[in-house]
Amino acid sequence: MIGNWLDIGPVTQIEPGSARTLPVEGSDEIAVFHTMRGEFYALVNVCPHKQGPLSQGIVHGDAVACPLHNWNISLKTGNVLGEDDGCVPTIPLKVDAGRIYLLREAVLGQTSPAGAD
Amino acid sequence: MNAPMSFEESRQAGGTRETLVVIGNGMAGCRAVEEILARDPDRYAITIFGAEPRVNYNRIMLSPVLAGEKEFDDIVINATEWYEDNGISLVSGDPVETIDRDAKAVVARSGLRVPYDKLVIATGSDPFIIPVPGHDLEGVVTFRDLDDVNTMLAAAANGGEAVVIGGGLLGLEAAHGLSLRGMKVTVVHLMPTLMERQLDEAAGYLLKEELESRGQTILTGANTKQIIGDGEGKVAGIELEDGTRIKASIVVMAAGIRPATGLAKAAGLECERGIMVDDNMVSSDPDVLAVGECVQHRGLCYGLVAPLWEMCRALADFATQEPSGYEGSVTSTKLKVSGIDLFSAGDFSGGAECEDIVMRDAARGIYKRVVLKDDRIIGAVLYGDTADGNWYFDLMRKEEDISDIREGLIFGQAFASGGALADPNAAVAALSDDAEICGCNGVSKGTVVQSILDGAASLDAVRATCKASASCGSCTGLVESLLAVTLGEDVQAGPETLCKCTSFTHDDVRGLILEKELKAIPQVMQELHWTTPDGCSTCRPALNYYLLCAWPGEYEDDQKSRFVNERLHANIQKDGTYSVVPRMWGGLTTPNELRAIADAAEKYNARTVKVTGGQRIDLFGIQKQDLPAIWADLNAAGMVSGHAYGKALRTVKTCVGSEWCRFGTQDSTGLGVKLEQMTWGSWMPHKFKIAVSGCPRNCAEATIKDFGVVCVDSGYELHIGGNGGIKVRVTDLLCKVETEQEALDYCAAFIQLYREDAHYLERTAPWVERVGLETVKAKLLDDPGAIERLAARFRYSQTFMQDDPWAKRAGGERSDLHAHIAEVRPLAMEAV
Ligand code: SRM
Ligand SMILES: Cc1cc2nc3c(=O)[nH]c(=O)nc-3n(C[C@H](O)[C@H](O)[C@H](O)COP(=O)(O)OP(=O)(O)OC[C@H]3O[C@@H](n4cnc5c(N)ncnc54)[C@H](O)[C@@H]3O)c2cc1C
Ligand code: SF4
Ligand code: FES
Repeated sequence: MIGNWLDIGPVTQIEPGSARTLPVEGSDEIAVFHTMRGEFYALVNVCPHKQGPLSQGIVHGDAVACPLHNWNISLKTGNVLGEDDGCVPTIPLKVDAGRIYLLREAVLGQTSPAGAD
Repeated sequence: MNAPMSFEESRQAGGTRETLVVIGNGMAGCRAVEEILARDPDRYAITIFGAEPRVNYNRIMLSPVLAGEKEFDDIVINATEWYEDNGISLVSGDPVETIDRDAKAVVARSGLRVPYDKLVIATGSDPFIIPVPGHDLEGVVTFRDLDDVNTMLAAAANGGEAVVIGGGLLGLEAAHGLSLRGMKVTVVHLMPTLMERQLDEAAGYLLKEELESRGQTILTGANTKQIIGDGEGKVAGIELEDGTRIKASIVVMAAGIRPATGLAKAAGLECERGIMVDDNMVSSDPDVLAVGECVQHRGLCYGLVAPLWEMCRALADFATQEPSGYEGSVTSTKLKVSGIDLFSAGDFSGGAECEDIVMRDAARGIYKRVVLKDDRIIGAVLYGDTADGNWYFDLMRKEEDISDIREGLIFGQAFASGGALADPNAAVAALSDDAEICGCNGVSKGTVVQSILDGAASLDAVRATCKASASCGSCTGLVESLLAVTLGEDVQAGPETLCKCTSFTHDDVRGLILEKELKAIPQVMQELHWTTPDGCSTCRPALNYYLLCAWPGEYEDDQKSRFVNERLHANIQKDGTYSVVPRMWGGLTTPNELRAIADAAEKYNARTVKVTGGQRIDLFGIQKQDLPAIWADLNAAGMVSGHAYGKALRTVKTCVGSEWCRFGTQDSTGLGVKLEQMTWGSWMPHKFKIAVSGCPRNCAEATIKDFGVVCVDSGYELHIGGNGGIKVRVTDLLCKVETEQEALDYCAAFIQLYREDAHYLERTAPWVERVGLETVKAKLLDDPGAIERLAARFRYSQTFMQDDPWAKRAGGERSDLHAHIAEVRPLAMEAV
């Protein structure tokens, strides 16, 4: 793929309703989600609450429930839903011809979510 | 010389009619010409090239042609006369192979060269052929043009089996056609639900059920590994990634389309996914326009005809000097399979700022979902009743504020537009007394109101007194409205529902799963009118458990509805690592096991090794990727998962008992081991702990366990409902039995009763308190056959549960759950 998109492999490697991880050397790990409705999203794999690994949460609709304390995070916006506050950086993602691509500069240039130290 | 000229300038410059060449004799190409002719018939001398050897026809009607509902002649849009009457030269069956932009001419395969002043590219799309081994065998066809249909019809004439790869619109229409033509059709679809780009999970599920009931086999989540040949270059079947083989004499590839940009790219026109065009459909060359599926406009490529009509209008406006500009389209989809009503439009993937309104009517097989954002409709999915599809679509396209009709919106135009009736309470109030509220039980409005006036002040009370809404529940909303209208503020809150996605309680859901024989999560959600499309993190694990308990051996555990610990068979820790606890039967271990644990602790860098409060050893700080390997090592030493992570049987704690202890009355350790071997692996509403003490000194703390045994000289005292956790509860004595076998049977029966009766996430202590010790005792002890029946059900279910989850994972199952997808190293700048 040309341009600054990073090919991370075929869509089939992530079961719908789940997520898989992409460690980035020198930076935070990224979680790539596949929702039950077939959409793909990528977030920094760090919960804004206490750094829980979002990739391990239950995916419902287009949100994920953090496995540590059950905060719900929107996969679309990275915002924490409901009464809690916070936000996780999202990584632009596109699917083309059955493969998943992440925006290279976002993968490499991401910073820790607000609130995380 | 090459400075871009406007149409007008070049026309005046030429003096004569300009030459317009169109590449593509399909839906967009010809429509563009029609639109131009309608505006200015004398402006251009027109030549149309078509790769297909025929006149222009309505491609979308190929589906009815395949299904035998139409003939080719019925679907022709422009016959030969149209070309003649309008002075158009049609070059059919001769595809253009080169665009020479410098000389402003196109060259066809035959060598024919035609110069142009303006060029329109309308090459449509190419079907995407998945490059699996065998994709080039004879009998592998696509579904794009009449030749494809003829190939399929020839194959269908001999009957036999067909496989359609792709469960989208095209694939399902192909499958429908082929099965009407007498073939046995299997649809193989990569995604978990059919038409996932147009339908949500719920509607996809209904569609699948309907197609299956018509005799098609639908395999979702199925990935094609290869197409198998018969040895003579022809198709014999396909093989899936999981090894399944399906026989087929024809394989239809309907896995998607790609804008046909080859020609444009070769000519150096700017292309991304499609040929890049501006709002006037002009490409990067001002003399070259492009239209239809081959273009990319404002970042989007379309695969439906509606946008193409709009594009053609804009193109013609521009080409005749009245530029209007195309601004992109909102699309909607209908499936052309007779007898199936299905409509989808816009964005229904939901999201933080969006709100869903869902209506399900299980009895009539209806599912409707409207997605709102900022009081505007942004998407809709309708199944079973699509009458209001166009209305929703219209509101959506006009971006109308629907806040005034929001309450009644989901009931459709007739209801919502009824002025005052837009408020469902008002609508219900306006009903006559003999209007039927509950169809299942034939209860009229008058009867419901009377029972409310007689004191039924909650939904549950209404259900109990007059049976309205007590069966399928689809009239729950109406009953609630009646309560509100009749009592105003005095309505009592109903019992707690399972979660915010449903108005049913845990007990309702469990009862209905059995009564209606519901065997899959989407089916429960549909039949029980879930108000969200795919549930939440509260109801999914609960439903998964209820189904697992109700249908042992039949229901397939849904991993994505499980909490991480149960999915990964280890406890997640606050730093994202995991702890690993192997089972130590009854608290017994051996030097061998201890050695294996020590080795594993070193090998996988366990940062802490701790003896737990449950008489076994916990290894902390293990990485997700290392889990299968550490389990393999522990398995090799004979140990299995301790389920320290599960809503499942945890530990069976024992004391030394009669074997060593001077007070021991029975072999408490031996009984503990037997109990653990009988019960391990069982999924429960919550965690479940057992202990066996050898005498009333009770060193194993059996009287604060879910099931505790205290051995005495004359036998075994059985205790239930203890809890040592947040709120300590001492057990109640269930009964005393004489033999070890009885102790085992009573334990099995008690567990099964708990499994079948308790709410998800309710431990035995709160459960016993809620239903009452007397009830539990009565259910177990009053009926002489009860113990035997319950224990038998438990043992049956255990035949499916007792395979070590660690062994399966160590053996490679679901390695995707443990491994990273890839790694990124900034220096190399590459994914590995
Ligand atoms: C490891 C252990 C502590 C220890 O080092 O001894 C432990 C550790 C945890 N306990 Fe426990 N409990 C452990 C024995 C106990 C005991 C003692 C016992 O079983 O005899 C109790 C009280 C007895 C009881 O359950 O009635 C106990 C009552 C709880 C509770 C409160 C349960 C309740 O009904 O009130 C929780 C919270 C929950 O389950 O929701 C809990 C939850 C937890 C969790 C799972 C918290 C969590 O979700 O992360 C801890 C997991 C740590 C891990 O990763 O392994 N743990 N926990 C013990 C593991 C036993 C084993 O071998 O499997
Ligand atoms: C079976 C089927 C059912 C469908 N059902 C629906 C539906 O229900 N609703 C809906 O909205 N849409 C439907 N579609 C999609 C719809 O048909 C397309 O969106 C529409 O045809 C696109 O028009 P187009 O002119 O861009 O491409 P096409 O109609 O494909 O026309 C392109 C033409 O260009 C020709 N061509 C390509 N390259 C060259 C070349 N180098 N030289 C000369 N000619 C060339 C091709 O042979 C083709 O005839 C369906 C499609 C199919 C195949
Ligand atoms: S007592 Fe609390 S802190 Fe200690 S292991 Fe149990 S849950 Fe964790
Ligand atoms: S760390 Fe995610 S909810 Fe606490």
